[in-house]
Amino acid sequence: MPKLNLTHFEAACLFALFTSMVLGVVTMNSDRGRVRYGLKVFGYFLAALIAIGWLMKLGHG
Amino acid sequence: MSSKPKAKKEPMPPLKVWGPSVALAWLVPGGGHLLLKRSGRAGLLFLAVAGMYLLGLMMRGTLFTPRIGDLLTTIIHVGGFVGNLCSGVLYFLTVWLGYTQPDMAGHVHDYGTKFLVSAGLLNVLAMVDAYEIAIGRKS
Repeated sequence: MPKLNLTHFEAACLFALFTSMVLGVVTMNSDRGRVRYGLKVFGYFLAALIAIGWLMKLGHG
Repeated sequence: MSSKPKAKKEPMPPLKVWGPSVALAWLVPGGGHLLLKRSGRAGLLFLAVAGMYLLGLMMRGTLFTPRIGDLLTTIIHVGGFVGNLCSGVLYFLTVWLGYTQPDMAGHVHDYGTKFLVSAGLLNVLAMVDAYEIAIGRKS
């Protein structure tokens, strides 16, 4: 099996993608709602990722 | 004094209604949904759980073995083992094929370990969803 080398950002984006897919599928009752919720959760993951990344960069100086 | 009315507890549906779909959902990610004729959702769940698990393996994540020690060690190792086990057949195949990876320093290995546990936890969500569909609480 090939070994994968990812940056923190790439790994966290993949984590966000798969998690938001599952959350979208299991949370809402209509297909439209599932797509919207999945995209919303993915957006929140990315926003939190970028915000916390900047916070850590600024915190370290 | 006012007393709150007690919420009426619904009786547990019989095991034969939800048992097969929940068991299949555990063994094969998305399998419970497939059994309940929700093939689109089954495919997405399989893709997400199996995809996350395979990426965890490709990042050379560690599989947990249950270890008892101080409280934190017990929580991490027993919890991690349960999380791994929840991936069902993916976990059993991995162990059967002899995958071993020592716990190593480095962010890629660390992400891999988290991916392997998270895949199992996402499968738990799929199992709960299969249960709710099987008993008619969700469509």
